Amino acid sequence: MAASPVQVTGTVLTTRRVDAYHALTVVAPGVADRTRPGHFVGVAVGGPSTSMLTRRAFAIHDVKPDYGGTVELVFTVRGPGTAWLADLRARDTLDLVGPLGRPFPLPRDPCTCVLVGGEYGSASLFALGDALQQRGCRIDFVLGAPSADRVFGALRARRMGETTTLTTEDGSLGMRGKVTDVLAGVIADARADVVYACGPMAMLQGVTAVGVEFDIPVQVAVEESMACGIGVCMTCVLPVIGDDGVTRMVRACTDGPVFRGERVRFEDVGTIPFDALGAPGGRHA
Amino acid sequence: MAPRAGRPTPRMAETPSGLLNAVGLQGPGVEAFLTQELPWLAERGARTVVSIGGGTVAEYTALARRLADAPGVTAVEVNLSCPNVEDRGRVFARDGSSAAEVVASVRAATRYDIPVIAKLASDVADIVAVARSCVDGGADALAMINTPVGMSVDVDTMRPSLAAGTGGLSGPAIRPLAVRCVWQVHAALPGVPIIGMGGVTTGRDALEFVLAGACAVAVGSALFHDPYACPRIQRELEELLTERGFDRLADAVGLAHHPPGSGPRGRTDLEESSL
Repeated sequence: MAASPVQVTGTVLTTRRVDAYHALTVVAPGVADRTRPGHFVGVAVGGPSTSMLTRRAFAIHDVKPDYGGTVELVFTVRGPGTAWLADLRARDTLDLVGPLGRPFPLPRDPCTCVLVGGEYGSASLFALGDALQQRGCRIDFVLGAPSADRVFGALRARRMGETTTLTTEDGSLGMRGKVTDVLAGVIADARADVVYACGPMAMLQGVTAVGVEFDIPVQVAVEESMACGIGVCMTCVLPVIGDDGVTRMVRACTDGPVFRGERVRFEDVGTIPFDALGAPGGRHA
Repeated sequence: MAPRAGRPTPRMAETPSGLLNAVGLQGPGVEAFLTQELPWLAERGARTVVSIGGGTVAEYTALARRLADAPGVTAVEVNLSCPNVEDRGRVFARDGSSAAEVVASVRAATRYDIPVIAKLASDVADIVAVARSCVDGGADALAMINTPVGMSVDVDTMRPSLAAGTGGLSGPAIRPLAVRCVWQVHAALPGVPIIGMGGVTTGRDALEFVLAGACAVAVGSALFHDPYACPRIQRELEELLTERGFDRLADAVGLAHHPPGSGPRGRTDLEESSL
């Protein structure tokens, strides 16, 4: 990890609705200036006397230098914790730990990159797109969701990307279907050298399969449920193949959230593969 | 001994004021621990209490032997909440005699100047009996409590929230249970050092354990919420002790057991009022 994370009490600057999602901008100096694209933050929810013990992990959508540094988080209400976050107003305080995780690796030389986002997973792609463009890379976006109101950042993608392809499963925006249906065409047209993807696990699996077909590297940022985000609790593990060819149950928070797509054993997520290091009854046991 | 991949995910479910976990003791195995993790901790000046678990008495003993000559081990904690392979998977902590057997063999395999701590489970018929067996087996201190077994069912998916079905419950939800265990064991074995744990999130919580009879307090789940919980709790505890006129923590240990009037100051008051 390049920058060590800090814990800060941030002040909410703005809250806004973006289609089906909530966006929260928080003044968090120590966090903002260390953040690289792909980093995430752990947020304590429910206030000082909360009964909700675990932190919620959110990808950092945007970092701005205002007021000493702000970070913006994009989320959807999924339970009491995110409902509490959605009720926050400007000037409320929020306890953040960040930046956490390993950021997206960036290419040394200019190349062509396809950025694939599913639902609000696209939130972390725009800072990445900025960083890639600063290095002279061409970027193309493919964003998808079940319906138009759940495609995040389509306008910004259109402004930034060389091309932007949108898909919705109900056909309410762009092409009807999934991002994986159009990805092969986008990669071929752009003659892409690398794919970056962030979104639901099933989408990442599909994107990785397309990348493997073209024999180009795929960097995926996974979403796993976490309790701490700092590597202590061991709850966010998934099976990933190491440099030595051995599958290990690695932590999405400190070993990820960004992995080489072809190293992640997507079909085995949620299980302990029999050949993983230390699997019950496995050959390494 | 060997690396363990642990349980499938989901491994964690948040519950009111607590969380359930079924991580399944994922770890790199004792060799990787000794070559990588322990030196890493030692480099940073940490005093490490190594928690060991096994499926048989022999595995516990072998682990204790591997740790015996490793530099940087401050104490060995015997996690007795592991299923005993040789006793139909019944956990050691449920049975005083098998717990004592483990503790005795670990004590014998560990260097004389390294304390052996027995970690006890709360969901047993008689925790005092198990505690007594462990002390008789040679435990230098007792740590309590390990997470009681709990479960939650996701009503949306209509399946258990954890892949393993059941899991250990931790956090403030179990604090009253843990305080009760510390209280009962301290009352029965007042000379045995107790490390109290279970839902400590503030200095007040820590003091509660101390007053019930713990001479040290451990923090676990609170770290998920606040990574800086330990220094904060220590600061709060120091302030609380100073406010109450204690010069040192030892004077507060088990104080809740003594009825008002039995202390030196109370007796003086009584004498004065009887004049």
